[in-house]
Amino acid sequence: MTTAERAGAVAAVATPVLAVRDLSVSFPTETGTVSAVDGVSLDLASGEIVGMVGESGCGKSVTAMSIAGLLPGSARISGSVRLDGTELVGTRESALRRVRGKEIAYIFQEPMTSLNPVLTVGRQIGEVLQIHERMSRRAARARAVELLTLVGIPSAAKRVDNYPHQLSGGMRQRVMIAMAVACGPKVLVADEPTTALDVTVQAGILQVLRDLRDRLGTSILIITHDLGVIADIADRVVVMYAGRVVERAPVTDLFAHPYHRYTAGLLSASPTPGRHAGTERLQEIPGLVPVLSVQPDACTFADRCPAADARCRESAPPLEVARTGGTLAATGHLAACWHPCPQPRTQPEEANR
Amino acid sequence: MARYLLTRAWQSALTLLLSTIVVFFGVRALPGDPALALAGEDRSPEALEAIRRHYGLDQPLPLQFAQYVERMAQGDFGVSIRTGTPVSSMLTTALPVTVELSVLAILLATALGVGAGVLAAVRRGRPAEWVANGMALIGLSVPHFWLGLLAILYLSVATGLFPASGFVPILEDPVDNLHHIVLPAVILGTGLAAIIMRQTRSAMLDSLSSDYVRTAKAKGLRPRAVITRHALRNSLIVVVTVVGLQLGGLISGAVVTEQIFGLPGFGKMTIDAVFQRDYPVIQAVVLLTATAYIVINFFVDLLYSVIDPRIRVTGDPA
Amino acid sequence: MTVLTVPMAETGSASITRRTRVLRRLRRNPLAVVSFVVLALAAVIALLSPWIAPYSVDQTDFARTFAPPGSPGHVLGTDDLGRDVLSRIMLGARASLQVGLLAVATSLVIGVPLGLAAGYFRAWDAVISRFTDLLLAFPFLIMAVGLAAIRGASLGNAAVAIGIAQIPGVIRVVRSDTLRLKSLDFVAAAVVDGASDLWVLARHILPNATSVILVQATVAIPAAILGEAVLSFLGLGIQPPAPSLGTMLATAQQFAARAPWAAVLPGVVIMGLALAFNVFGDALRDALDPKGDRG
Repeated sequence: MTTAERAGAVAAVATPVLAVRDLSVSFPTETGTVSAVDGVSLDLASGEIVGMVGESGCGKSVTAMSIAGLLPGSARISGSVRLDGTELVGTRESALRRVRGKEIAYIFQEPMTSLNPVLTVGRQIGEVLQIHERMSRRAARARAVELLTLVGIPSAAKRVDNYPHQLSGGMRQRVMIAMAVACGPKVLVADEPTTALDVTVQAGILQVLRDLRDRLGTSILIITHDLGVIADIADRVVVMYAGRVVERAPVTDLFAHPYHRYTAGLLSASPTPGRHAGTERLQEIPGLVPVLSVQPDACTFADRCPAADARCRESAPPLEVARTGGTLAATGHLAACWHPCPQPRTQPEEANR
Repeated sequence: MARYLLTRAWQSALTLLLSTIVVFFGVRALPGDPALALAGEDRSPEALEAIRRHYGLDQPLPLQFAQYVERMAQGDFGVSIRTGTPVSSMLTTALPVTVELSVLAILLATALGVGAGVLAAVRRGRPAEWVANGMALIGLSVPHFWLGLLAILYLSVATGLFPASGFVPILEDPVDNLHHIVLPAVILGTGLAAIIMRQTRSAMLDSLSSDYVRTAKAKGLRPRAVITRHALRNSLIVVVTVVGLQLGGLISGAVVTEQIFGLPGFGKMTIDAVFQRDYPVIQAVVLLTATAYIVINFFVDLLYSVIDPRIRVTGDPA
Repeated sequence: MTVLTVPMAETGSASITRRTRVLRRLRRNPLAVVSFVVLALAAVIALLSPWIAPYSVDQTDFARTFAPPGSPGHVLGTDDLGRDVLSRIMLGARASLQVGLLAVATSLVIGVPLGLAAGYFRAWDAVISRFTDLLLAFPFLIMAVGLAAIRGASLGNAAVAIGIAQIPGVIRVVRSDTLRLKSLDFVAAAVVDGASDLWVLARHILPNATSVILVQATVAIPAAILGEAVLSFLGLGIQPPAPSLGTMLATAQQFAARAPWAAVLPGVVIMGLALAFNVFGDALRDALDPKGDRG
């Protein structure tokens, strides 16, 4: 473990900006209750970038939306979300509104539809400043130009009066980012921020996010199904499956040796840099993410898992430091699996410890 | 923007030309000799010959059409068979009544329809939505001339709150004018209000579940700001379109409303003309309605581009 | 890992399950059931009215004019000529439905092919749009005025005027549904397979556009019924002594001081018919909506 990673891990324990504990979300539907998130816990340290990864329908976005209370009123939420020690779950709407956009800001997947088509981008960025910083419209517009420059939009003074449809997809996402960081939020939640974009544009957007973290110290929770994005930007990774966190690890650890069978499946299903793309065939995980009405006391991945046995179907594995063949995994690497993947080979770095 | 304007202007001009042709041939499809129809009382051969010469009925058709357009453009719609007054002067007294009635009806209907539509969308699944939806369905289904009849019978005659009929020009006495016209305007606006309400509700439901409204909420905006600045602003595009499209229905409605409330407008003039076979008047009415519809919708399209910036650049409604 | 959702080709067995699903949704909606029952009842009464009406519609009784509702022998009273109001309302409703169906049939016969052509052939689109603009420039009442001036006022001419005025609406919905269907895979596949345009339109697009046409018809019929009432009220529609709800209201207006109740019933019947169609149309649209949650 490098010094930086160690420091990150320690910071995560000491002062998490955002602490999510045992968060569960379910929705009542016509056919019964659907459990979307089940007992998710995660920490986000100051200046840290945490990636949350999983297939669609695994509860990533619901977790993200519930952080600032953005789920529809019908959602039933339990657990705790603390921002700098202040509880957000169950807080009044008016108090949450002061948090949204100011302390916790969001970036969404579709920059085309997530921006209002009939307002200029300057207006949409300025709006945040007007409500949270009580800026005048003129001052907010001037600040919007600065923010657009900050996120790397050329000739920002002109672009500020453009409408979203006049910008390219990448520029629109930069506008979304400018809007999100306008009030210098402590936490930035980026829900699939690059999914709708070209690969080249994607790299630019990730660079902007990294810069913001370095310059403003913003903590970023980035949600994606793209492991390439995670490898590129995240410090730590949280892997979700069917509403639960199944594995949590520093990014290098996770890519080097995944413990959970699902994570291993994800890695072999995507052409991740450093995993000898081309030499082995991409594997797909058979089956679909189940839609659950009640979270069972079992491993939800059991039906798709090659290593599942009776135990997996009888009790849910806890998220803990994984043991494989008597070897204890590195600190901070947790997995919820009864039969974690055996280590391909002992890393020299680990052998030294 | 310029291209959009030009396209719309060209299309409007074309439609105007086509509708003029339709009316021109429509007049020729009238039973009997057009000269006979135009002559009115005096049907002596000399008079008919004079009319044929005056209106160029002895000329080839394309030339006749050209002269026809020229006359219409100059406001020469001929002379009423019944009253002997020029149709143009009849129009100048009748039109202001109809315009006032229609504008007031549109304003009332828009205010009511947009308000109820927003309410129904925001209060989705609550009693307020049910009430608004029910009112809209009734507003859509009620024959508004019947509503007018009932209003006169049970409101004007019984209580004397509103005059049952008649009209006072706005310049003469603005208060009395409003007193006479407000009830007809409400009656005329009911159907339009119902249509606007339903369209607003459905557009608001769409925009309230849109990504940009989610963004607005994530910014920490108050619900009021989310609804008015973000959701409603986008829904208005639909409302403007609806008002434009319903203009024809409104003109039809105005005719009946005027008839019921005895307002001396364009509608009453039209109905009287039909029963008296006053062809010059009918022709003027038909042509004028078509022209008004086309011109007003051209301006509606312009308004469109003011509300929706996407049109200004691409020239295509989203 | 990628899961493709294949858009269901709306043909064959798929369309049968779709139909049962729509019917099931309709049955579960109390408003749909009530409005359907009202319409069915109205249709039966209208069909049988010449035989089941208690009196002949033009049987006058000058000894008993303006009998109020509830009078012996005349449940709903009599009119200015002593004719039975119930009988006239039954036959008037029959005429209303006739005009409604006739008008909508007119608009569909002309509008559906034009809508299909406008949506399917790019070249036709502009021409048909101008035609639509032209029609829109003549509101239905003006159309009726013109038609009455040329051909005289009658039930048929009223229905034609209303029907022509409804063509643009039909063209609009059919055109947009054609555009949607044209882009679907099964239509593209048929085109690639070398099917002729007419075949594609008739076999693939029209059957799948039926639902929007049906919804359009259910909203057009009440509009036509209201239109007939307006025209007859003004004297541009059904001509007396033939019974029509609109002319009954016109008469009632003349004698409002003597018999104010006469103005109520025909209006209620017109509104009831229109309301039933509108409510049913809404329910049908909701039932056909694949999202199925828009109340």
